[in-house]
Amino acid sequence: MIVETLLVRLAGESGTDNAISAGDALTQSAARSGYHVHTFRTYPAEIKGGPVMFQLRVGVRPVPSLGDLLDVLLAFNEEAWDLHHKALRPDGILIYDPGEHDVPQDFHSTAYGIPYDRMSRDLNLRKGKNLIALGSLAALVGFDFHQLQETVKDLFGRRPEFIESNRIALLAGFQWVKDNIHEEVPYRLAPPDPGHEPELVMSGNRAIVAGALAAGCRFFGGYPITPATDILEEMAKRLPELGGATLQTEDEIAAIGTVIGASIAGLKAMTATSGPGFSLMQEMLGLATMAEIPLVVVDSMRAGPSTGMPTKMEQGDLNIALYGGHGEAPRIVLAARSVQDCFYQAMQAFYLSETFQMPVILLSDQSLSHRTETLPMPDSNLVPVVERMRPSPEHADEYQRYRISESGISPMGIPGLDPTPFTATGLEHDEYGAPNYTPEMHTAQLDKRGRKFEVVADALCDLEVPLGCMCFGVPEEEAEVGVLAWGSTTGVVQEAVEGMAAEGHRVTALVPAVINPLPADRILRFASHLKAILVPEVNRTGQFAAWVKAHTELHLVSLNKYGGLPFTPAEIRAAVMEFLVPAPDNTAAKAKPVKEVTHGQ
Amino acid sequence: MASKVQVVTKPKLLPKNYKSEVKPTWCPGCGDFGVLASLYQAMAELQLDPVSTVVVSGIGCSSRLPFFVKTYGFQTAHGRVLPVAIGIKIANPELTVIAVGGDGDGFSIGGGHLVHAVRRNPDITYVVMDNEVYGLTKGQTSPTSPLGFKTKSTPFGSSDAPINPMAWALASGVSFAARGFSGEPKYLTNLIVQGIQHPGFAFIQSMSPCPTFYNTFDLWRPKIEKLPENHDPSDRTQAMVQAFRDDSIPVGLFYKEMRPTLESQTRVTNHPMKENAREFDVRALLATYR
Repeated sequence: MIVETLLVRLAGESGTDNAISAGDALTQSAARSGYHVHTFRTYPAEIKGGPVMFQLRVGVRPVPSLGDLLDVLLAFNEEAWDLHHKALRPDGILIYDPGEHDVPQDFHSTAYGIPYDRMSRDLNLRKGKNLIALGSLAALVGFDFHQLQETVKDLFGRRPEFIESNRIALLAGFQWVKDNIHEEVPYRLAPPDPGHEPELVMSGNRAIVAGALAAGCRFFGGYPITPATDILEEMAKRLPELGGATLQTEDEIAAIGTVIGASIAGLKAMTATSGPGFSLMQEMLGLATMAEIPLVVVDSMRAGPSTGMPTKMEQGDLNIALYGGHGEAPRIVLAARSVQDCFYQAMQAFYLSETFQMPVILLSDQSLSHRTETLPMPDSNLVPVVERMRPSPEHADEYQRYRISESGISPMGIPGLDPTPFTATGLEHDEYGAPNYTPEMHTAQLDKRGRKFEVVADALCDLEVPLGCMCFGVPEEEAEVGVLAWGSTTGVVQEAVEGMAAEGHRVTALVPAVINPLPADRILRFASHLKAILVPEVNRTGQFAAWVKAHTELHLVSLNKYGGLPFTPAEIRAAVMEFLVPAPDNTAAKAKPVKEVTHGQ
Repeated sequence: MASKVQVVTKPKLLPKNYKSEVKPTWCPGCGDFGVLASLYQAMAELQLDPVSTVVVSGIGCSSRLPFFVKTYGFQTAHGRVLPVAIGIKIANPELTVIAVGGDGDGFSIGGGHLVHAVRRNPDITYVVMDNEVYGLTKGQTSPTSPLGFKTKSTPFGSSDAPINPMAWALASGVSFAARGFSGEPKYLTNLIVQGIQHPGFAFIQSMSPCPTFYNTFDLWRPKIEKLPENHDPSDRTQAMVQAFRDDSIPVGLFYKEMRPTLESQTRVTNHPMKENAREFDVRALLATYR
């Protein structure tokens, strides 16, 4: 059967089978051939050993999510089979190494035993097992073998001897299949759409870096932490050639400290971290709010609390993003929805922080940070690039850094550039920045900072995509059931809802990018025609649902999953179905409003 | 029409020109007054441009200092003066960045940052006003208080031995280390001038007694003595020996060496708010992801 999408998972032992690097090569190669790709990976938090998996969803048409059951499972060892066979569809293809284990008696679908380990030893290519596997996959299910060879050369073959050994390994796998498997393979991938130009293929973290640089970010201070580390690494690589600087600091408090310093000296600056580091940054975020300093903090969420599960995703940091830190310090919170959206939201984060002179928090998570997707070249002109308001030199004599203005925004003097010296401070202060604890001044300055935030809300209420809300499925006035989602859950919701809508179900979805200030009017408009609204999120307590309820008083049904893995489209679909099919007893559905999906994939 | 060249000479700035309208909040007799006076004097001697000078601090009595100086200033969070000062210096290396604070701010809550600031060697002058006590919270033991120090938080005497900030800075690889005494502001002024002129991280421990919670003027004054005439400030081992003296409190330039600064290596050349900002085509970067 020729299929238009194929979901392949490679699973093995970390450091031995090199499933991740094989997966990366296969992804890049498929994208260059003209397919759309969407990857997902899990790996241990340890450096050597432990199970890893890499899955690639490849399609002739766009693939917005990681998909559901596997079409192909390539298990390098018995543990990989044990961990992943339940994710294989009943008529899926198993590829295994007969030197490692036998096909289980109860396995009734197609299985191909390919002796990867023995072949790699026979060829004296102990590290080449993953490439032998890629060669065999290409022959079996129809990935472009020539493109695969070229991509492997680009990615791994810097030295002549590597080029040769990689070529031999790929060819050995390819040839083994040609020589030994003669029956028809159940699935073969359709050729790519010839009219489709190869697109960019990149991860969420890299898209954040590109968006930040496009917005003018020229300083990055950071401390290594999974899954945000590669933002630091990418910035360290890219910023010098743009005349900017990256600094790896001694901890996350210092990281945001250097960012605050760079910003007050006039550079657009950013840091990126995950939960534990984000917790450490809370006091300094309050300082940035109080002293009105623009900056961007990326929090790539991982399962918490504490060290939690560093390599697993969770949408668990919304509350700290919204409420972290002491005192009343409203923060702008954005949540990226796809790899492409990482680019746009990073740009938007700088646009908002510069305009309103306050910290902006951009939420991503492990699944989005390390997922690779194909995407068309983003258009940086869709997001304004702005600089903060500066004092005019003519009025330097009467300069007030914290002037009580109508919009709350007041000009920010830059040392060395503006003749307007002032002292910024985390203390409550008067218009000039001098400490002032009078009731009148604290009220006036809290109002100033609060007004600024209200202006943000006005500025954001009617944004179009890519900055505003995304909508999927049938038009909301025709819909019966709605899904309200945020962050990396978007693609899964999109696929489920669009699929159901295509089948004639009256389902719609809304996904805002700006979480605070929440586009409450837009959400109320969305809700006005719906019988039920489902809010799926990867956390236990429904943080987003609670936030929306607080602003809209809507009745929402939470769908929570919290095992460290993202939702699948089937899970969303099943939950929506319950509300679409009229239940014999309607009260039964209302009796348990919270649904939980706690199992793994 | 003949044009005349008009020569505009900037008026020479005097110490009082660096004084802001905000009046110091310190107790009468506070050692920090001496440090502030020395700083005004040093700024005037170097004719620092108030627009291109940033005085950064943490939190504490001494960290109020930036408000009293008529340059750019930033009072940050407790203990975080150095990361913020480093960010400022990297962003615009042309600025003169002076960090100030107390012993609690710099050696306790912010202690972790000191060693890293020192090893990075940014061209920042860091003046720590060490009074061996917490003043703003009204008299608790500090990281430099003596063992057995009785305060409201240590009613039976502190169980913790004091740290030795000078030895600590030297051991971390500081490129300029000096100690002064607020009771001798002229001498201190000279050290601050040298510190600002030093191209690298200049650590200046300024002994500044607290007359309210731990008045050490009389205890310290007889122990304050200049480093021996034959002290060689290029010899880190000699400096270390002087740092560990317990018979006296030596003041002067302990150590000085030249090594590359942080900002000479990070090199921000494209400050977007300056004229040299270049347009950047993100499409070229994105195209590398094909």
